[in-house]
Amino acid sequence: MSPRSSRGPLPPLLLVWALAACAARASEITFELPDNAKQCFYEEIAQGTKCTLEFQVITGGHYDVDCRLEDPDGIVLYKEMKKQYDSFTFTASRNGTYKFCFSNEFSTFTHKTVYFDFQVGEDPPLFPSENRVTALTQMESACVSIHEALKSVIDYQTHFRLREAQGRSRAEDLNTRVAYWSIGEAIILLVVSVGQVFLLKSFFSDKRTTTTRVGS
Amino acid sequence: LALYFHIGEREEKCIIEDIPSDTLVVGNYKVQRWNIHQHDFLESAPGLGMFVTVTSPTGEVLLSKLYGPQGTFSFTSYLSGEHIICFQSNSTRFAVTAGSKLRIHLDIRVGEHFLDESAIQAKDKVNEVNVRLEHLIEQIHHVTREQDYEREREEKFRKTSEETNSNILWWAIVQTLILISVGIWQIKSLRDFFISKKLV
Repeated sequence: MSPRSSRGPLPPLLLVWALAACAARASEITFELPDNAKQCFYEEIAQGTKCTLEFQVITGGHYDVDCRLEDPDGIVLYKEMKKQYDSFTFTASRNGTYKFCFSNEFSTFTHKTVYFDFQVGEDPPLFPSENRVTALTQMESACVSIHEALKSVIDYQTHFRLREAQGRSRAEDLNTRVAYWSIGEAIILLVVSVGQVFLLKSFFSDKRTTTTRVGS
Repeated sequence: LALYFHIGEREEKCIIEDIPSDTLVVGNYKVQRWNIHQHDFLESAPGLGMFVTVTSPTGEVLLSKLYGPQGTFSFTSYLSGEHIICFQSNSTRFAVTAGSKLRIHLDIRVGEHFLDESAIQAKDKVNEVNVRLEHLIEQIHHVTREQDYEREREEKFRKTSEETNSNILWWAIVQTLILISVGIWQIKSLRDFFISKKLV
């Protein structure tokens, strides 16, 4: 039930049960990927677990990155080049270490900031059904529905935060570019105009040795 | 501790957390070193530690400590903004042998307030629901703080866009003025020049 990272603290009574089934974990990390670099992450997943990988590029260049997800045998489950944002859900077909990599190798000098969220397994239920004799009380079912609603609020909030960060990064980029280009253009304009006049004047000026040449 | 990645021995790896103020961040990590002889990562290499450095958005260092091969660190943000959490091992080996790298397991939780598990263990139903509700309320407060922070950022975004807009307008006017005035000066100057040369 936390805004980020692992959702749903596991009550210790059912910790063993939860671990035996599929411990739900979510890791989200925002990191900087330098140019020509590749960064890989690994995770051990049990068979049959449903996992979701979601990533988004926040700042840098054309806001795109290569992403690749491989299973323990090296089979590529997901591979996309120059993507800005994507979400991929898969079910682990076997036990082992899954690997996913982000690559900025196509870029020569732009650093990228990449966010990813890797969710493993489903969240355990708030009020697990094994010890109970009756159905959920109204309070409990209200809690469950608030919990679900909050989870989607948090999800939307994260997406909005990332989109806004991306938009802001573009706007700041644009601002600096406009400033530099405008100053540059004004200077070039002045230099070229003044230079033209002096150059023309020099065509018509008297040389010491030769006679005045008109319109060479 | 599930997610892990590899870094070089002397390398520093940083992650960015953009968080509102008064937010608690807790991090768990475990580091293992690659052993060339056994071709595997050793469980916990003796003497290996990690420097964990947390920098606030203004550049001020919030946390800078050396932890062992496995540890938990936490900090609370005073300002809203991008906090940078950096990891670097205290390995003093300068001659980096080929294939020497570290495996870092990482788990970072933002804004999570841990439940008092003992309260839930009490078989009292009302108490359990009570505790869960309190937890929900705390999380809603966190959501509210994030939203306030989002408002601040959106305001900054809007200001930047409006500044760009006025920049474009102003510079376009300036350039047009320069163009016109320089054009006039050019013609005048050349005319005077030709008159003085008796060419016109």
